[in-house]
Parts: sequence; structure tokens; C-alpha cells
Amino acid sequence: MSSTPPLYRLCGVTRRYTSAQSGMRTVLNIRDLSIPHGQIMVLVGPSGAGKSTLLRLLNWLEPPDDGEIHFEGGIYGAQREPPLALRRRVTTVFQRPVLLQRSVAENVAYGLRLRGQAHADARIAQALAAVGLDTMAHQPARTLSGGEAQRVALARAMILEPTALLLDEPTANLDPYNVGVIEQTVRRLNETQGTTIVLVTHNVFQAQRLAHRVALLLDGQVVEEADAETFFHAPRDTRTSAFVRGEMVY
Amino acid sequence: MQLIFSGDAALAEIVWLSLRVSGIALFISTLAGIPAGALLALKRFRGRRFVVTLIYTGMAFPPVVIGLFVYIFLSRSGVLGGLNWWWVPSLFTPAAMIVAQTIIAFPLVAGFTMAAVMGVDPSLRVQVRALGASPWQSTWAILEEARTGVIAAVVAGFGGIISEVGAVMLVGGNIQGRTRVLTTAIVLETNKGNFSMALALGIILIGIAFVTNFFVLRLQGRTFE
Ligand SMILES: Nc1ncnc2c1ncn2[C@@H]1O[C@H](COP(=O)(O)OP(=O)(O)OP(=O)(O)O)[C@@H](O)[C@H]1O
Ligand SMILES: [Mg+2]
Repeated sequence: MSSTPPLYRLCGVTRRYTSAQSGMRTVLNIRDLSIPHGQIMVLVGPSGAGKSTLLRLLNWLEPPDDGEIHFEGGIYGAQREPPLALRRRVTTVFQRPVLLQRSVAENVAYGLRLRGQAHADARIAQALAAVGLDTMAHQPARTLSGGEAQRVALARAMILEPTALLLDEPTANLDPYNVGVIEQTVRRLNETQGTTIVLVTHNVFQAQRLAHRVALLLDGQVVEEADAETFFHAPRDTRTSAFVRGEMVY
Repeated sequence: MQLIFSGDAALAEIVWLSLRVSGIALFISTLAGIPAGALLALKRFRGRRFVVTLIYTGMAFPPVVIGLFVYIFLSRSGVLGGLNWWWVPSLFTPAAMIVAQTIIAFPLVAGFTMAAVMGVDPSLRVQVRALGASPWQSTWAILEEARTGVIAAVVAGFGGIISEVGAVMLVGGNIQGRTRVLTTAIVLETNKGNFSMALALGIILIGIAFVTNFFVLRLQGRTFE
């Protein structure tokens, strides 16, 4: 396929959890998955398939139990965590954002402050304008609505100009207006900055609207990974067709 | 009332010693108690449950019994007092009172800090890490989010020692000009039937509590609403 190496390559990556009831369980087992540079990759799959777990591994919020994650020329795994500077090239927007009990602007500035970058007023204003919240900079974050809070979460991630932006069901429970703002912002970020996007969604229509490539996860395994056109219109796996037709129960 | 404002030198000394002893004890127990509380709230380790039980017990422990233990340890025939090490304070000194008050305040600060930190949304830690926080930075973020409760923990520690009588009486001995503090002076003046003096001291004590809490509320600022 393309000659440039992918941003991520996962080889034999597994993640196991131990719980009191079911003992040890493998929730993720990825034989070989590449996430190309500068594209929007959408992860779909039923609840419990391991989508959020995969995003946590991609952001090094937890290590894999086995396997290799190739990223930006390095190979990382269970015993080898990337240095902080590299980890900071990636960030995640979660389904339920938790903001700091501070002003909206301070929330947006937070990641920059962690990196020792002060005096970023112009960038903060720019990030807030991108999500349509420029008038709310000085409002306490806890007074925001769910949709506004999620837009702040997107702004505080965007301002870091990450190489990869991971989004875990960022629009679940949001109204169409907020869904629109978030989708538009994500698409523009991808187009103008070339940010690699990995988006988890339960919404097949959203996947169709945004995806360049799509991967279907089932029981922790990648069933099919293809460009959006193929995935939605000529899938190889019957389980993919069932998912696309909305026949998969989740 | 006149007594309070007359600028009596002995009285000023008592107030100053009270603030100094409790202030230093609070400083030490805050320095140790906030990290300890944060650690207990955020880390899972063997024996954690046991340590938490100890802290909770300490929070409800009668100060006078702590005073008794300190007395036994520091007395000339005691475990530490007998060693004559330079850093072991002698009984009936402000230093001995500071030791007792530090032990009284520590579990209060640590216990309430732990509760406050545990009250912070557990997702916050993951989300600030996703934004690029180092382990220290994420711990700091959690403490900042818990700041209202952490400040309350320090206030509880201060309240627990500035108003405490039994332990300072035991290990300090209520020696005039050396170890007499507000609470022990109140006991003494009341016993002597000197009610107006006792009352004046009591009003000063309440005043100290009020003024500190007033400033604490200002410190908690916007989060307190
Ligand atoms: N910390 C954990 N400890 C134990 N089990 C876990 C943990 N995190 C996730 N799991 C389990 O791992 C499996 C995959 O979870 P994950 O959250 O990745 O699924 P998902 O695809 O994101 O699902 P959803 O669409 O519902 O968000 C689930 O069965 C879940 O119960
Ligand atoms: Mg999930």
C-alpha cells in the first residue's frame, strides 16, 4: 500500500484483566493492525469488544500485557513505556469529560501548562473559537452543559496539536447541534493539521460521515479493517455486513 | 474585656506560645499528613486497610491518652528520654508539647485529606494523564481538585490542637512563662476562681478560631459555594 510507514503498528498486542468473578480474561488480542498517518480511523464494534481498551493502550494510559506497539520509530510494550515527551504527542477525548474545577480557559490551558508553556492566551482563544465557546472563556467549567463540556474537552486536546487524537464515543448522549460542532471540528483538524484521528463510535452513520478507514472489533479481535468504501459497501467478512446493516446486537 | 485589650505582657506571651506550639505542630503534621492521605487514597498496597484503620482510630483518640504516651516516652525513665539524644525533647518544654500536638493533628489531617482525595472523580486521573501529565502532575491535579477538602483537613487539625488541654497539660506542665498556653491557663484561672480572666482567655481562643477560619474560607475561594 502506501510507502510511508504507519503512525502506529500493533503486533500481537494483548490485554488481559483479572476480575473476581471470571478470573483472567483476554479482552484484547490484536494480531496486526496499522493506523496510517493523517487519516481518520474509526473503530466500531459491540459493547465490551475492547475499543476503549485499545484507545487506552494507544495513549499509554496502561501497558499491553504482550506484543509490540510501534510508534514514531520506537517499539514499546509491556516492559517498555515511551518517554513522556513521546506520550505527549497523543491525547484522548473521553465519552464523559472530567473538567477541572476552574474556568473554561484554564481547562483549555491545562495541557500547555503541564508542558511548561505559559502565555498562550491567543491559542486558548483560538481553540475556544474553534468549538464555538469563545464567549465562555471565564465561566467556571462546572456550570457548563454536557455538550459544552465535551467541546471544552475537545478544545483542551486540540490546543496540544497532537500527532494523534483519540476520541472515545465523544458524541454519545449529545444533541445534534453539539454532534455537528464536534464532527466538524474533528474533520477540520484532520484536514488542516493532518492530525491522525482514531474515533470509537457506536453510530454507523457517524462512521460513514467521518471515516477514511474502519476497523471492526469483536471480542477483542480485529475482524475486518478496510478503507471506508470497502468496509461499508463490499466487506469481506459476513460479520462486517451484519454490523453495517445494523443486525449486530449491542 | 479590658483584660484582652490591656496588652498584658503575660497574656500576650500565653497567646504567642499557643500559636507557636500549635502552628509548628500543624505545620509538621500538614507536611506529613497531606502526602500520607493522598498516598492512602490513591495507591493500593499491602497493609493499606490496616493503616487506614490506624488513622481512623487516631482521629478519634482521646488527646490526653496521646499526651500520656508522649509523657511516658519522653520522661527520664522512658524509652526515648533515657537515651539522652539531643533531638529528643525534654518533658515540660514547648518542644514536648509540639510533639504531642503533632501526633494529635497528624491523623486528622491525613484522614480528612484521604477522604477528600477519594471524593475526586477517579476518571480525572486518567484524563489528565491523557493530556500529558506526569505521575507527579496528575497527583497534584487531584490534590488541587480536592483542595476544599484538603484545606478543611488542615483546619480540623488546627482545631484539634489549639483547643486541646489534656495532652499539653501533661507533657507541658502548665509552667508560667514557659509552657502555659491558652487552654491550660483557662483551666488554672477557673480553678482559682478567676472567672473574668478565664473568660477573657476563652474569648481570645474563640477569636483565634474565628479569624483563622475566616481566612481559610477566603482561601477556599471560588470552590466554596
Ligand atoms: N479495568 C478493568 N478491569 C477488568 N475488566 C475490564 C477493565 N476494563 C475493561 N474491562 C473489560 O474489558 C472488556 C472490554 O472493555 P472496553 O471498555 O474496552 O469495551 P468497549 O468496546 O469500549 O465497550 P463499550 O462500547 O461498551 O464502551 C469488557 O468486558 C470490560 O468489562
Ligand atoms: Mg468503551
